[in-house]
Amino acid sequence: MAVVLAFVIGALYAAGLYMMMRRSMVKLIAGLVLLGYASNLLIFTVARLTRAQPPLIPEGMTTPPEPFADPVPQALILTAIVIGFGLQAFALVLVKRAYQAVGTDDLDKMKATDTT
Amino acid sequence: MDMLLVLPIVIPFSMGIICIATWGQRQLHRLIALAGTSSLLLIASLLLLTVQQDGPISTEVGNWPAPFGIVIVADLFSAIMVMMAALMGFCVVLFSFGSIDPQRERFGYYPSILFLLMGVCGAFLTGDLFNLYVWFEVMLISSFVLLGMGGERAQLEGAIKYFALNLLISAFFLSAVGILYAITGALNMADLSLKLQTVKQPELVPVVAVLFLVAFGIKAAAFPFFFWLPASYHVPPVAVTTLFSGLMTKVGVYAMIRVFTLLFTQQVGYTHGLILVIAGFTMVTGVLGAMAQYDFRRLLSFHIISQIGYLLMGLGLYTVTSLAGTIFFMVHVIIAKSALFLVSGIAQRVGGTYDLKKLGSFYRGYPLLAVLFVLPAFSLAGIPPLSGFWAKLVLIRAGLETDQYLIVLVALVVSVLTLYSMTKIWAEAFWKDSPTYHEADIEQAVEAIPRRDYRLMLLPLVLLASLTLLIGLIAEPVMNLALEAAAQLRNPDLYLQAVLGNGVRP
Amino acid sequence: MTSLILSAATRLILPLMMLFSVFLLLRGHNDPGGGFVGGLVAAAAFALYAIAYGVDRAREAIRIGTIPLIGIGLLLAFLSGMVPLFGNRPFLTAVWTNLSLPIIGRVNTVLVFDTGVYLVVVGVTLTVIFAMAEADIEEDEED
Repeated sequence: MAVVLAFVIGALYAAGLYMMMRRSMVKLIAGLVLLGYASNLLIFTVARLTRAQPPLIPEGMTTPPEPFADPVPQALILTAIVIGFGLQAFALVLVKRAYQAVGTDDLDKMKATDTT
Repeated sequence: MDMLLVLPIVIPFSMGIICIATWGQRQLHRLIALAGTSSLLLIASLLLLTVQQDGPISTEVGNWPAPFGIVIVADLFSAIMVMMAALMGFCVVLFSFGSIDPQRERFGYYPSILFLLMGVCGAFLTGDLFNLYVWFEVMLISSFVLLGMGGERAQLEGAIKYFALNLLISAFFLSAVGILYAITGALNMADLSLKLQTVKQPELVPVVAVLFLVAFGIKAAAFPFFFWLPASYHVPPVAVTTLFSGLMTKVGVYAMIRVFTLLFTQQVGYTHGLILVIAGFTMVTGVLGAMAQYDFRRLLSFHIISQIGYLLMGLGLYTVTSLAGTIFFMVHVIIAKSALFLVSGIAQRVGGTYDLKKLGSFYRGYPLLAVLFVLPAFSLAGIPPLSGFWAKLVLIRAGLETDQYLIVLVALVVSVLTLYSMTKIWAEAFWKDSPTYHEADIEQAVEAIPRRDYRLMLLPLVLLASLTLLIGLIAEPVMNLALEAAAQLRNPDLYLQAVLGNGVRP
Repeated sequence: MTSLILSAATRLILPLMMLFSVFLLLRGHNDPGGGFVGGLVAAAAFALYAIAYGVDRAREAIRIGTIPLIGIGLLLAFLSGMVPLFGNRPFLTAVWTNLSLPIIGRVNTVLVFDTGVYLVVVGVTLTVIFAMAEADIEEDEED
């Protein structure tokens, strides 16, 4: 399972970076979203994958029985998802405004602030 | 003591909340922002005094014991940085009173500044790597709002570039934290520092280190990731640019210093050698970029990059002296560079443009501004007896002590080029006659600014310019403070003790 | 564009969704749920209302502005963090009282914090959604 996920993560990173390098603004945002997913999935995978094994400590023991999935990274992902949600919502508003102001979706035409 | 550590985060947060609850009340927002930043300044000085006397202190948020919960910890370096953040917040808020248009003030300008300050203080004070990520995002969202607010074309374009790069940083940072957690099982930086010495997969550590280097390198605008900065920093109002230049890139440098003194010190030759190379290139590309510019703010933006090089040089050399140099340089550059940006703002207000070719005659038309420009400009170039001279002197001495002659040479040459850049601004904006207006026009334009606005814009500038002179004249106490802070960084035992106590607590 | 079916259905669905969002909020402490999801559901309810009746009507239905809503939410979360300071415990420590209420259970600061999160999520989400919807209607007159 971990191997499959490793490939999925790799594919997500690749897709994200590819989308970021396209000229369209919307694709840029989509690429960033994919990149965020890749990172989240990476953290999820490193926490070990177990099914139906809640990391609860039985009475009389100090650690949960092996194998168990570490709950901390899952909490981290939750936080990262919430933050990502906020950022992406903002990104959409920004892209929309920029589209209205500049009148194009093409990043190559956004050269007004580049240093010449 | 717990309160003192939390307050630098709580004050801007609570003030920001009040602003949001009273949305649209312009005068009230001004008052709240002033109250917030001045009390932050007070608390930051108290914190600095406490840390200087008692050594690093820490508190556990939510009463979850370290290393499991999130700790807030202040060593001397953090305390100095919080102090600088508070100072910047205070100066920028004052300058904003005189320069920001009512439209922005009504639509959440001050709460955004307060939340930005909260994020910056949080990033300086946190002792937890993931929490650092969260503070980065808090900072980012507020800076996006500040950057995109107003909705002019150039602003939105700049905001998109800034936004895309910063989201990329977030993904890198998050991945790095994830991998680091996978190999150590810790997020608390003090705990990580101990665990990284006995890690089972040591070959993964440099990989993570480089991921952090890239993430913080983009944030700090270090070579070769600097390109976003000159493309976005000159678009918002000058008060916002000042705040960004003073704090945002410096948070990146801070994070880099923290991570590469506390966590990744196993292969100093490799990681810190790489940082040193980056430092050299950053200095050179920054200053060369600046030479080609004729826009006041873009020129200064490129200088931000070149100064980042000096900061990284101290980290790359990795001795107590060099780290002290970096800390001193940090204090110096935040003050001097902000003062220069404020000068550019006033010059634009008076002369009507940022274009150096069109500006002119300020020396005769507005001698006060000329003096206020010369102080930070010479300081930036490293002319004695201003603060920049001592900062560079210490860095160069540290370079000579460790026999890194190449970087010393680069630093010296870049200093000369910085001086050239500053003389260019001087010659263009202050010395030559303007092609579009006369001296009398300047006097008239200065007269035309409402007196209250004028004083509010000048006050922070005078404050910063005199600080750069003052730090230069009485450099010894500041240098001693920097040396002490550097000693704490180079030998983090005190930091570890403050966070973890004696071993891991139950 | 107003659809009779949608507006009639919305009138029924809105209270149900609000009820469900509060249920999620209260359930959150020990079961899946919590302030964030609850807030999203509530925001979705109002977004639906905005689609059916228009943004202006939706704003009226919330009664207070979306941005003050964020402020109130942040304030609640912040105050819940300040409570333990009076008992000389660090910022954000959970405080549980022995006072028991029906439905809610033991009164505690965690729920206050979660309610704050709930309001912030509603506020932020709706601010963004309304801003985008209004930008569509009157091209340049956003903010």
